Amino acid sequence: MAAVLESLLREEVSVAAAVRWIARSAQSSEDDPGEAAALSSLRPLRKEFVPFLLNFLREQSSRVLPQGPPTPAKAPGSSAALPGRPGGPPRGGRGARSQLFPPTEPSSTAAAEAPSARRGGRRRGPGPGRERGGRGSGGLEEGVSGESSPWAGGRRPRGSGSPGSPSLARSDPPNLSNLEEFPPVGSVPPGPAGTKPSRRINPTPVSEERSLSKPKTCFTSPPINCVPSSQSSVPDTSPWGHGLPPGCRSLQEEREMLRKERSKQLQQSPTPACPTSESGSPLPSRTGNLTAEPADPARVSSRQRLELIALIYSSCIAENLVPNLFLELFFVLQLLTARRMVATKESDLEPIPGALDSLESPLFQSVHDCVFFAVQVLEHQFQVLSYLDKGTLKLLAENERLLCFSPALQGRLRAAYEGSVAKVSLAMPPSAQAVSFQPETDNRANFSSDRAFHTFKKQRDVFFEVLREWEDRHEEPGWDFEKGLGSRIRAMMGQLSAACSHSHFVRLFQKQLLQMCQSPSGTGGTVLGEAPDVLSMLGADKLGRLRRLQERLVAPQSSGGPCPPPTFPGCQGFFRDFILSASSFQFNQHLMDSLSLKIRELNSLALPQPEPSDEDGESDVDWQGERRQFAMVLLSLRLLAKFLGFVAFLPYRGPEPPPTRELQDSILALRSQVPPALDVRALLQQGLRARRAVLTVPWLVEFLSLADHIVPLLDYYRSIFTLLLHLHRSLVLSKESEGEMCFLNKLLLLAVLGWLFQIPTVPEDLFFLEEGQLDTFEVDTVTSEQGLDGMPVVDQHLLYTCCPYIGELRKLLASWVSGSSGRSGGFVRKITPTTTTGLGAQPPRTTQGLQAQLAQAFFHNQPPSLRRTVEFVAERIGSNCVKHIKATLVADLVRQAESLLQEQLVTQGQEGGDPAQLLEILCSQLCPHGAQALTRGREFCQKKSPGAVRALLPEETPAAVLSSAENIAVGLATEKACAWLSANITALIRREVKAAVSRTLRAQGPEPAARGERRGCSRACEHHAPLPSHLISEIKDVLALAVGPRDPEEGVSPEHLEQLLGQLGQTLRCRQFLCPPAEQHLAKCSVELASLLVADQIPVLGPPVQHRLERGQARRLLHMLLSLWKDDFQVPVPLQLLLSPRNLGLLADTRPREWDLLLFLLRELVEKGLMGRTEIEACLGSLHDAQWPKDFSEELATLFNPLLAEPHMPEPQLRACELVQTNRGTVLAQS
Amino acid sequence: MILTKAQYDEIAQCLVSVPPTRQSLRKLKQRFPSQSQATLLSIFSQEYQKHIKRTHAKHHTSEAIESYYQRYLNGVGRNGAAPVLLDLANEVDYAPSLMARIILERFLQEHEETPPSKSVINSMLRDPSQIPDGVLANQVYQCIVNDCCYGPLVDCIKHAIGHEHEVLLRDLLLEKSLSFLDEDQLRAKGYDKTPDFILQVPVAVEGHIIHWIESKASFGDECSHHAYLHDQFWSYWNRFGPGLVIYWYGFIQELDCNRERGILLKACFPTDIVTLCHSLA
Repeated sequence: MAAVLESLLREEVSVAAAVRWIARSAQSSEDDPGEAAALSSLRPLRKEFVPFLLNFLREQSSRVLPQGPPTPAKAPGSSAALPGRPGGPPRGGRGARSQLFPPTEPSSTAAAEAPSARRGGRRRGPGPGRERGGRGSGGLEEGVSGESSPWAGGRRPRGSGSPGSPSLARSDPPNLSNLEEFPPVGSVPPGPAGTKPSRRINPTPVSEERSLSKPKTCFTSPPINCVPSSQSSVPDTSPWGHGLPPGCRSLQEEREMLRKERSKQLQQSPTPACPTSESGSPLPSRTGNLTAEPADPARVSSRQRLELIALIYSSCIAENLVPNLFLELFFVLQLLTARRMVATKESDLEPIPGALDSLESPLFQSVHDCVFFAVQVLEHQFQVLSYLDKGTLKLLAENERLLCFSPALQGRLRAAYEGSVAKVSLAMPPSAQAVSFQPETDNRANFSSDRAFHTFKKQRDVFFEVLREWEDRHEEPGWDFEKGLGSRIRAMMGQLSAACSHSHFVRLFQKQLLQMCQSPSGTGGTVLGEAPDVLSMLGADKLGRLRRLQERLVAPQSSGGPCPPPTFPGCQGFFRDFILSASSFQFNQHLMDSLSLKIRELNSLALPQPEPSDEDGESDVDWQGERRQFAMVLLSLRLLAKFLGFVAFLPYRGPEPPPTRELQDSILALRSQVPPALDVRALLQQGLRARRAVLTVPWLVEFLSLADHIVPLLDYYRSIFTLLLHLHRSLVLSKESEGEMCFLNKLLLLAVLGWLFQIPTVPEDLFFLEEGQLDTFEVDTVTSEQGLDGMPVVDQHLLYTCCPYIGELRKLLASWVSGSSGRSGGFVRKITPTTTTGLGAQPPRTTQGLQAQLAQAFFHNQPPSLRRTVEFVAERIGSNCVKHIKATLVADLVRQAESLLQEQLVTQGQEGGDPAQLLEILCSQLCPHGAQALTRGREFCQKKSPGAVRALLPEETPAAVLSSAENIAVGLATEKACAWLSANITALIRREVKAAVSRTLRAQGPEPAARGERRGCSRACEHHAPLPSHLISEIKDVLALAVGPRDPEEGVSPEHLEQLLGQLGQTLRCRQFLCPPAEQHLAKCSVELASLLVADQIPVLGPPVQHRLERGQARRLLHMLLSLWKDDFQVPVPLQLLLSPRNLGLLADTRPREWDLLLFLLRELVEKGLMGRTEIEACLGSLHDAQWPKDFSEELATLFNPLLAEPHMPEPQLRACELVQTNRGTVLAQS
Repeated sequence: MILTKAQYDEIAQCLVSVPPTRQSLRKLKQRFPSQSQATLLSIFSQEYQKHIKRTHAKHHTSEAIESYYQRYLNGVGRNGAAPVLLDLANEVDYAPSLMARIILERFLQEHEETPPSKSVINSMLRDPSQIPDGVLANQVYQCIVNDCCYGPLVDCIKHAIGHEHEVLLRDLLLEKSLSFLDEDQLRAKGYDKTPDFILQVPVAVEGHIIHWIESKASFGDECSHHAYLHDQFWSYWNRFGPGLVIYWYGFIQELDCNRERGILLKACFPTDIVTLCHSLA
């Protein structure tokens, strides 16, 4: 590899030719024969060039960035490719990335040993270095020749070699010797384990600071299995942080640490890194011991060489030969902001004579070299830079080194900054609304039984209770999801017995997930046709705490370097932990089904159609809507896919790949039997064909990012990765032509794919496929139709929302400004030397009806908003039509059913017969009327659709277009409504009639009186009457006083009683606040009061203390009561209570007994028709059963016999006489 | 009437083992003249109910029932007109209506062949005339009309108060032209949990969004509020989003801590209601 680089440096080969050579397997006609000859000899090494280059740059820069933000790690195979390493690299036998911090060698020990190791390295450095350096490329041949595959080098057993490459030895950076302690991940110990797939990434040279680099540990920390305690895992950022078995460091402890770290970082650095430092190891202060060295263009050591390498490096980036564009940019910015060289001995800086054109001398001999190189690369990458957010552009434009080295670039950046509108804020709108209850899907009719309905009712509440508790407590120290909520969740899941309940719960879960975790763009973003959130419309910016919490959760402080592992930030953590704690197979299955369905639905959603490019202005407004909708759909898809991936691969997830080949093969054999949860390959192929990669690929990446180690080895997924690699290579940013994907669309795809390629579970060898395999995917890139890819659907906000790690660039630059460099870093994971071939094929044409085609054609040349409007109107009107039919036709039929039923009940008596039979009779009579539904439905759509379309389309829409749009809307709405109605109307009528029947039959039972017609209060009533509750309470007090016990001074005044009855009259006449139970109690109390009056039991207040009520007053009060009973009460008054043994007993106890009031009352009752004689007789008859004093019974008989015997009412004289009579016993005497 | 926790505790302190009679209420009103009667009664009633809940079990052991019944029999044996049952209830610090129920149940067990059903007992308590024993009927009736915290009359009063406030709230909503769905309409549509009113168009009160309003004609103390939160308010939030609870007789100020979360407490109908403007565009 070095040979290639050297021939470039010697200008034997042009950069363009070299890049062509790297990028394509076949030789191009453009190639100069000489160049071709030079290169063809190196052909077997072609694919190794890029990794070599990247590793070379990383290693060269290691002196500059030993302590800075962790340098993105090197690419695989580097050590083999480096010149002067015939014996293989000096690294130890530990290859797996997860063993970077081997358990046997805790990092604290390593750190302690490091200095001596460095010194050792320095001592023995120069000798072997030079010696080996002389062999140059020979070493290269030797290193590779033995291998059948160019990439086998990565798998080669290592650890036997002597230390140090020449460059390492010479420059003697302290960190390199640490490589002996911490070998590159690409190397594996010799022996049978050699079959283990090599890790393509060498670690960044380790210093003690290195151990603080969180992302590394994120990758290393095995998800579920135990991690050695010396290696702190980061539960909160690891997707599977939850569920470490006992024996690991307790989650609690780790959370505590995490929290401390977080607060520390917030104070210390604008780039909070993920905290993984061992507790106790101090965080180094970079500002303390490292001041930035000024960079001077005049002191750049070998311009030409740097320029050349910058050019070839940039070309590789431009051709997407590097796996992760943003990682390279990050690296370049690190070089730009390098503080100073570690070794500053003058001798080191002296160029070695004659070595300038070779790789013998260090590439970066000073900070000046680094900055020069970085600025060179940035110049080449200006186009990408110009698409970054405004904040990053500003920081770049303000960077003094950049200004100093390239005023021209600075000027372009400044101009880009000034022209940029891409302000990206990470603040997310709040979304803590609960999923709302929708009767259509949530009411009883949707459940199999009452029990299921009520169970689900409780579950909904438990779910939100758990969610609220999580919100409140998950940041508390010592709180643990499983401990705090696990048992409650499982108890709840245990109740979901019926499959139907599961689907209800899953729907709730999924909706809540979307609502809380999706980060919709700020204002008024409508979720797929749902009504805009009223909250945002109202500008309800005061959900203060909740919102702040949300923001913090949704937009975490750091994404963990330029290549963070997949995590479940914020609220997503709740849903992940919920799934884990629930550990319910049924739930997971239903969830997968539901997620898959939703993904399919959203993925195939008709998004903006191509818009004629000549239209501008007004279409701009539309485009904002389109973009917003696209963003909503994309973010929803990503979220759903991530959770689908999580659940689907959950059973297979382990910390590491299988240890042996045999085991792996048997697992592969098993797994290849299992069909995928969702046919993502088909969806990807469709997406590529329909030029919707910009929608499909980002969610697919989310899905794949949660795959386990075996997945990428399965044929099915391997083919997906191949397609993705393919796509990656094809997304050349500089290509801008008709039919090309939009720049930001490409950038988004490059970012997400680059990120995916760094996921630890994705083995690197997938990316170095045989060329033959790739060639089979050769397809023509000519696309007849413009899909989403060609439309500017992605903006910076969406880019940064999907890929928050791009923000690391800004953080890096900001930390340069603030003088403290961020510590977060990332990794180069792998290199993808694949060849580019075209994508997609002709989309299969589906034939629909001619009308549908015409409609399609009609929309084709109209703005997309027109189509959306029409579809929307049709959808809504169709749905409203169904609702309207329900409310009119069906409601009428139900009313008919009710009256038919009433008739039935009257003719057949109360029982009415078997309800099921009744229902059948009714349905057979009524269901035929359902046929009207279609006619009425058509009328409804015909009537309503045109107006809606007209209201929604611009005023200026041409008449013909308008009327076509209206007609199409009518047609679509009718189609939708009629399809539903014809399929469901009978069932609907049946259901509603059934409900009505059971309602009627239930109502038939108790309280027939309550169903009587009720009068309201008069129109003039102002509802000032006393409240019924007050009256009951007042009357109760009087009753209590009368019944006793009472204090000597207690009593009521006759006026008060009169007033009370007056008020009672008002209340009964007003009725505004009266409810039947209150009226019933009032009626009963009024009867009790009458009994007390009749028995003269009411203690009257007045001088001297306790009086009895005057007879006249008593009669007046009784008259008032009679009139209330007659005219005002609307409930039956229990007048028979007057003659109950208890109330008559009140009389029995008085001596002498006074019957006049009672007789008076009874006569009045009869006269007013309030009680019949027979009724009174029956009451009196029942009195005989009671035990009375003998004389009382006799008096009773004497008294009532005449009353009952009288065929007519007593003559007027008697009444007049009674009214006059006030003396006790008179009536008795008369009778 | 919004009270601080301290104010509330002061009142509650005075209510410890006070019998639920009108005399007690009168004294309470004299002790706290600045508080409204309704609030005091509501607090008293709730505190008393808590007390009864705590001591309920000890009055229902078979020994206790037997001893109460014997004392009742002895008492009425001496003088059937004396408030035997009421005095007994006050003496053992138990609600008169509940004491009446215990004795009635015990009485019926003795005199009927089959053990009395709950509905029979309830019906007799509602209408003591149905009690076969005249003396017991009078004793029971006396207990019921003298009990200001328990019994069918009190239940009816509470129910009526609740209903009246719902009507009041409905009128206020109509007056403000806020369209709503009431409980009956919601139930008819098949909602599983139904607040008193769901606003068809949400409003903002003191900067908080309100989707639903629940009327509570009682004082909001800790115990009842937590029960309501668990059984009702959060359930409403879970389905309909944030809402408003009106405790017409006031509440403990400190309980109004879920505003940001979506449950706002008020002691009266809010005055500053912000509605959605239709002329936004």
